[in-house]
Amino acid sequence: MSLNELDVRRMLCPMPVIRTQEKVEQLQVGDTLTVLCSDPGAIHDIPAWCRVNGHQVLDIRQKDEEISIRLRVCEE
Amino acid sequence: MSEARKAVALISGGLDSLLAAKVVQQQGIHVEGINFYTGFCVEGHTHAIRKKDQAKPKRNNALWVAEQLGIKLHIIDIIEEYKDVVINPKHGYGANLNPCLDCKVFMVHKARQWIESKGFDFIITGEVIGQRPMSQRKETMPVVARESGAADLLLRPLCAKNLALTKPELEGWVDRDGLYGFEGRSRKPQMALAASFGFEDYAQPAGGCCFLTDRQYSHKLADLWTARGERRYELDDIMLLKVGRHIRPCPNFKMIIGREDGENKFLHGYRKQYTHMLATSHNGPLVLIDGEPSQDDLDLAAQITARFSQGRDADKVDIEVHTLDGARQSLQVRPMAGELIPRDWYL
Ligand code: SF4
Repeated sequence: MSLNELDVRRMLCPMPVIRTQEKVEQLQVGDTLTVLCSDPGAIHDIPAWCRVNGHQVLDIRQKDEEISIRLRVCEE
Repeated sequence: MSEARKAVALISGGLDSLLAAKVVQQQGIHVEGINFYTGFCVEGHTHAIRKKDQAKPKRNNALWVAEQLGIKLHIIDIIEEYKDVVINPKHGYGANLNPCLDCKVFMVHKARQWIESKGFDFIITGEVIGQRPMSQRKETMPVVARESGAADLLLRPLCAKNLALTKPELEGWVDRDGLYGFEGRSRKPQMALAASFGFEDYAQPAGGCCFLTDRQYSHKLADLWTARGERRYELDDIMLLKVGRHIRPCPNFKMIIGREDGENKFLHGYRKQYTHMLATSHNGPLVLIDGEPSQDDLDLAAQITARFSQGRDADKVDIEVHTLDGARQSLQVRPMAGELIPRDWYL
């Protein structure tokens, strides 16, 4: 189980989702990934992407312009 | 029982691809979605750069469609490869710089590669004969199937009954009787089918699925190519074409002027890549300069920048200019009168 981070600040949707998807493909079931982003659209899109692809969102934090979304890679 | 056949549906986020996937899914086929990101896609969030639009609900329509269907969605970045489609479309453009037919061929071709690598059986699109004047005509349907290499692995469930049999039908993976024969520009049959499935609140894009169908956007892209003397673009270029007011006073440079807070903030993210200026004596927009301006050009741009600041009626406005070499200069200018900015400078 590993902790991972992805920095997609300044990217506009759907790029944060695409980069998250690419990163998750390299991870193992049970790994967690923290995605740092700045497009508020990602607050909706990354969880939606997780729901349709069966991953779990652990928490979403927002501080000023910066958003961090932590997710756990699940069995697809 | 044998394992369910698997199909990948091209999901644009609009109603037709939603219905096409649903029709096939109902026949017991395992469906997953694929959505291609070209950089030109009309994304709710790109509009959300503008503050006034931020109150509107934001969603990625392709993800929304996948949720409605309960299917997986693979969003694929094709930005680099897609450039050749936009720059050299074999079948030409539609009303604007939209290379719809080449775009369809390209996307189905990518889907063809995808099903091969993932062990899927066929491809679904939401195309309807006669729905769009350029890319969805009876004559173009076989062109897409042939040139994409998908051939008879391409099923269009919404108009399949008006087309030749495909492999999924011939093999009995899907029942042709459960497919449709929609034809023409009317949206009524799709709306009725949506209602029968209980779908509401689906996206209804007016012109098409991307910015290339937009006249003003295409004009700005054509201008970019003319100014650079070559047909080429980077992702940042095409993102910036969606933002701000674009004014080209001379062939060698143009100005990108934020229209409100949200856009200024967005443009601010580009300040290290562009010469930029802003008023310091008054509130005003951030202005990026694209191209190679001379000192005279910077003076002219400063007067225009002052015109779009709150000092537009003042005698003098202080403008701070940051050039790409990191230097900073302060200019004091008289704002250019609005009527002195020729209409054709606005892109
Ligand atoms: S509108 Fe844009 S995305 Fe849609 S087919 Fe035409 S070029 Fe492709």
